[in-house]
Amino acid sequence: MTVSGLRLRAFPPNWGARTAFVALAVYAAYAFAQLDITAGRLAVGMGEAGRFLGRMWPPNFTRWELLLEGLLESLQIAVIASALGILLALPLGLMAARNLAPWPLALVTRGFIAFCRSLHYVIVAILFVKAIGFGALAGVAALTIASMGFIAKLFAEAIEEISMKQVEAIRATGAGLGAVLIYGVLPQVASRFVGFSLYQLDSNLRNSTLVGIVGAGGIGGTLFAAFKRFDYDFVAAILLAIIALIFVAEVISSRIRALLR
Amino acid sequence: MMQGLVIRDLVKEYVPGKPVLRGIKLTIEAQGITAVIGPSGTGKSTLLRCINRLVEPTQGEIRLNGEDLVPLKGHALRMARRRIGMVFQEYNLVERLSVMENVLSGRLGYVSFWRAWLRRYAEEDIARAFELLEAVGLPEQATRRADALSGGQRQRVGIARALMQRPELLLADEPTSSLDPRTAIEIMELMTGLSTSARVPLIVNIHNVDLARRFAQRIIGMAGGEIVFDGPPEHLEASHLRQIYGGEDWL
Repeated sequence: MTVSGLRLRAFPPNWGARTAFVALAVYAAYAFAQLDITAGRLAVGMGEAGRFLGRMWPPNFTRWELLLEGLLESLQIAVIASALGILLALPLGLMAARNLAPWPLALVTRGFIAFCRSLHYVIVAILFVKAIGFGALAGVAALTIASMGFIAKLFAEAIEEISMKQVEAIRATGAGLGAVLIYGVLPQVASRFVGFSLYQLDSNLRNSTLVGIVGAGGIGGTLFAAFKRFDYDFVAAILLAIIALIFVAEVISSRIRALLR
Repeated sequence: MMQGLVIRDLVKEYVPGKPVLRGIKLTIEAQGITAVIGPSGTGKSTLLRCINRLVEPTQGEIRLNGEDLVPLKGHALRMARRRIGMVFQEYNLVERLSVMENVLSGRLGYVSFWRAWLRRYAEEDIARAFELLEAVGLPEQATRRADALSGGQRQRVGIARALMQRPELLLADEPTSSLDPRTAIEIMELMTGLSTSARVPLIVNIHNVDLARRFAQRIIGMAGGEIVFDGPPEHLEASHLRQIYGGEDWL
């Protein structure tokens, strides 16, 4: 047998993957043409972007009180929505775990969680603004539902991966359901649950800056108003403040995560 | 009232029509060490798990000190389970809890949910937990996390947890199969010693025939979901082992 023949048998070509790559490249080229994304269009866009960025500099912090007020409201929305979401996700996640909950209950809970997750939180925020009016309450409600769905789903999956041997041992001591959960289940998922919660708080901080754009409270409203009045230097100030907030939150949550390990 | 464990016509079918246990009849005195031997998949583990109802029997009767355990549900079942301690092959400690919490989890059938949650165990329970840790040779390890221990140490904690229940019956499901030969003997010595001094009858499933002979006063041989040998170790002959395990080249 020749050397190339040996190579062929050792690393057989994956025709499926090759075809998929070619198809993806062809479709991307087609989509570019469809959307009229041309070099000329791109050059014009870049020029506009340069002018826009020029007007953003230097950032204008003179209206810092307005900025701080919006930022604090966003922070409050994020914290309240995360806390409520986490609290509601605990029982939901338990009820959705197929290894612990009876299957009809798990099925119904999974359906409810999927429903909570099916709409993007901005759409939910719009619905709440229409239903209960402008302001932070709508933002809190929208983000609570999103957080609840997200954490409950991940929590249920974490519970489904636990070792049932540990649960069995606790059950064998004659422990009741509550004690089985506290001793057999919770220790196995607690650190992951805290991880999900921190992650959700992190992303709620980001999300809470956006719900204001649809009128659901927070810095987003201020940002949107500044955009509409072409106050691009104030926009830059707001963006920098948001980035700083997210950055600080990231540092704090990664510290907490490291401590939990 | 009949003391000890009385099993009558116990049948277990995981799949209807394919019994794993085919009408087990067995009486075990209120003390002493009984070893159950037999090939893998012959229902030894199922038999043990039917006793504390981790597995639901299909039919039959299991009486512990007079009370039939098979029809029990809910609270009554929990009250029965707390009278039966169990030691597992893979220790089944809650890995992320401390050794002390694992030992005290043997009291979960006795304490209220809130006390369990807040770790408000009675002083005497905590004192007993320390005594048991001493007895199993881990007096210094109470606050370590269970996943920091070696296999032999974990099984010692498993034994302490089971005895913490102050059980009327101790079950051990292949307690030495995950351990090296020397540790296996140490664990068997510990478990048989402690159950004898506490006057708790011990039923132990075991692969190792030599260990069974060495530690048990009575050996039950199972094959095909039935009991094919029942007697003291000195009556266990090569012919019985052939019947239990099949073949003879290995003897």
